[in-house]
Amino acid sequence: MERMIVSMQDPDMGIKMRNQRLLITVIPHAMTGNDIVEWLIQKYGISEEESLHLGNLIVKHGYIYPLKDPRSLVLRADESPYRFQTPYFWTSTKWPATELDYAIYLAKKNIRKQGDLVEHEKDNYNLLHKRINHTWDFVVMQAREQLRAAKQRRKGDRIVIDCQEQAYWLVNRPPPGAPNVLEQGPERRSCHTTQVQLTQNMDYYKREIEYCSKAMARTRVKSSICLEGYIKFSEQYMPHDPIMSGCLPSNPWITDDTTYWAMNAPTVPTPTKLRVERWGFNFRELLSDPLGRAQFLDSLKKEFSAENLSFWEACEELRYGEQSRIPEIMDSIYQQFLAPGATRWVNIDSKTMGQTLEGMKTPHRYVMDDAQMHIYMLMKKDSYPRFLKSELYKNLLAEAVIPPETKKRVFPFMRKQRHSSPSPALFLAAGDAEERSRGPTAAPVPEEES
Amino acid sequence: MCDQTFLAEVFGPCDKCSKDKPLRPVYVESEQLSYCSLCVEMMATEGLRENETLASLKNEAESLKGKLEEERAKLHDVELHQVAERVEALGQFVMKTRRTLKGHGNKVLCMDWCKDKRRIVSSSQDGKVIVWDSFTTNKEHAVTMPCTWVMACAYAPSGCAIACGGLDNKCSVYPLTFDKNENMAAKKKSVAMHTNYLSACSFTNSDMQILTASGDGTCALWDVESGQLLQSFHGHGADVLCLDLAPSETGNTFVSGGCDKKAMVWDMRSGQCIQSFETHDSDINSVRYYPSGDAFASGSDDATCRLYDLRADREVAIYSKESIIFGASSVDFSLSGRLLFAGYNDYTINVWDVLKGSRVSILFGHENRVSTLRVSPDGTAFCSGSWDHTLRIWA
Repeated sequence: MERMIVSMQDPDMGIKMRNQRLLITVIPHAMTGNDIVEWLIQKYGISEEESLHLGNLIVKHGYIYPLKDPRSLVLRADESPYRFQTPYFWTSTKWPATELDYAIYLAKKNIRKQGDLVEHEKDNYNLLHKRINHTWDFVVMQAREQLRAAKQRRKGDRIVIDCQEQAYWLVNRPPPGAPNVLEQGPERRSCHTTQVQLTQNMDYYKREIEYCSKAMARTRVKSSICLEGYIKFSEQYMPHDPIMSGCLPSNPWITDDTTYWAMNAPTVPTPTKLRVERWGFNFRELLSDPLGRAQFLDSLKKEFSAENLSFWEACEELRYGEQSRIPEIMDSIYQQFLAPGATRWVNIDSKTMGQTLEGMKTPHRYVMDDAQMHIYMLMKKDSYPRFLKSELYKNLLAEAVIPPETKKRVFPFMRKQRHSSPSPALFLAAGDAEERSRGPTAAPVPEEES
Repeated sequence: MCDQTFLAEVFGPCDKCSKDKPLRPVYVESEQLSYCSLCVEMMATEGLRENETLASLKNEAESLKGKLEEERAKLHDVELHQVAERVEALGQFVMKTRRTLKGHGNKVLCMDWCKDKRRIVSSSQDGKVIVWDSFTTNKEHAVTMPCTWVMACAYAPSGCAIACGGLDNKCSVYPLTFDKNENMAAKKKSVAMHTNYLSACSFTNSDMQILTASGDGTCALWDVESGQLLQSFHGHGADVLCLDLAPSETGNTFVSGGCDKKAMVWDMRSGQCIQSFETHDSDINSVRYYPSGDAFASGSDDATCRLYDLRADREVAIYSKESIIFGASSVDFSLSGRLLFAGYNDYTINVWDVLKGSRVSILFGHENRVSTLRVSPDGTAFCSGSWDHTLRIWA
């Protein structure tokens, strides 16, 4: 932010400052709110709304303060005068705004104009009085000294200094209800602490070297190919992106009509056209849609290779399952799919089978990974393309619906009643531990009326 | 006559090599020992050797890093915006707040969507974690955590549980129940234990495993039921602030970003760091994968968002503007990956065209920092949570 402030004050390119009139006194080196907004628009090519927002933030952080209404740190895009805060008071200097200083400030205000303290300031004043009572004489003495010194200055300077101080304290002791711009959240260990330097020992460098050597050896793809990939991906998915292309019949958030969700629920008799098309993008899309997966299973059944998908699903259950059940699940997979003479025997090459059997001696969740990958690739390279060319899929595409766009309501102010839907957690009571482990496929159909 | 100095020497077995020789006093870790002159020499050069090797290792590391950058640069034949020139520009963009969720009494720090596309869980500074049906804006569940600053929360894939954690250094899982007689806090399961605050958490493909990131510089994978640590990931030099799981079918990697300005990609099976990117100038607050899984975006305190490609192994785009001077706290992609939504500490949300690198729109509405932002699972809307105590759904 400070870079911006400095460039604002640049004599040539910065904001033109003039002597501003404040009632009867003339304040030098001031500018109007309008000037600030205009300059921001010009310099950064942003809209007026954004420029006003940005300007407001600068004022809230205390880098520019208003002269006319110093109690509120707000930027007004009109003729009200503003000035740049002196770097002494910048928030980034991180000088602690001590209680003593605050007490002196409040005492000054109190002495100068009885009853000038705002409600919360009065409270703070009393609190401080109690807390640092022992140095109270010092506080009052300091306050009086500063006031006396101030009387000897010109009126213009006095106003400026008052406003500067006021702005500083508004930032450091915000009134209740106003957001505290200095708040940062829980402290983070940044890079510059000694903690990190301690680890710059031999181990750290050895690890770096190891990592770099491995990284050198990895195969990289040309940028042009990767970037083309993004373009293709965006083009392919653009019609499916509701934010970009809208969705039919309508976006539920905009029209309060949940037909879109009802029509795209995990299990519907007739899926939408976009959905069926998406299954053709890649194998992952097909598997991640429960309806698509079910259709794929049907097609596999016709080819007598349904056990492949079941095996894959069982392996997923092993990978993401409970730690304590791993030996049990692994055994069940073996019995069902891998053992000689198993009811749903899957066709894996002997090398992978050997490795898997070897790995099974020490059960762990990744023991089926090689076999799972083998079967996955088999489905992806073989069964999936056949599915896409099959009659089954073609029929699905043909029968898929394209929902009509919801006609614009005649009375736009009549809000549709928003119905709630049953929470997925309600089905927890049904005791479907199996369902839970398989994840999203168990989500129930939200019942809605359109 | 020549000058000769005679040292009064002790003769005896050396403390190191045990040979009988004239001994010299030597101090090792404030203990006085007696070494023979040979051993004294060896000790002196050893110390020297260690320093030498540290310096030489450092040099080797630096030079390798340089060579790595060169290798990476060799394959960089074109910039993203050049390739994107032939893509149509996006038209006028209108997104408005469609729902405002009020109910948190303090800053909202984190939120996550449920797979049913309408429920969300959100957590705040005062320890409250609330589950909403954001479509109707009804609150469905509320839990009060025993700690403040609940910086991480996540919805389970089944929709039956939530996980959250923060300054208590733990990640706890709460099963969601509608039983009015049951106190949700009673069934709480304490899963993860870190030595510093929890900054992010996420379920993997099932309700049984949770991945966490912490201020102690590590990430960890836990088994929910037993609380057992399955794998830990070391490598960040400072607090880890965010993580995201890769959307790949083989589901084995995730990316994390931290205060050491690095974004690291990990293999969940082995715990090894596969790739690492260090181009940001400040803490990385948020990382999110591109929908295809080939890239990820990061948002940082240096007021920029960047796109890193995993196959090209480099940063391929920077999303920044001179007028944006506040850090980005949270980023997410739209469903097609064409838009990047980023929430900033200047209370605004900027929408970037991922391919062209330009800003499409700026959204105002929040009255304090935007701390969290997620696109809904079906891409129909996104939700932003802010320090102004509210959450907004935009569409």
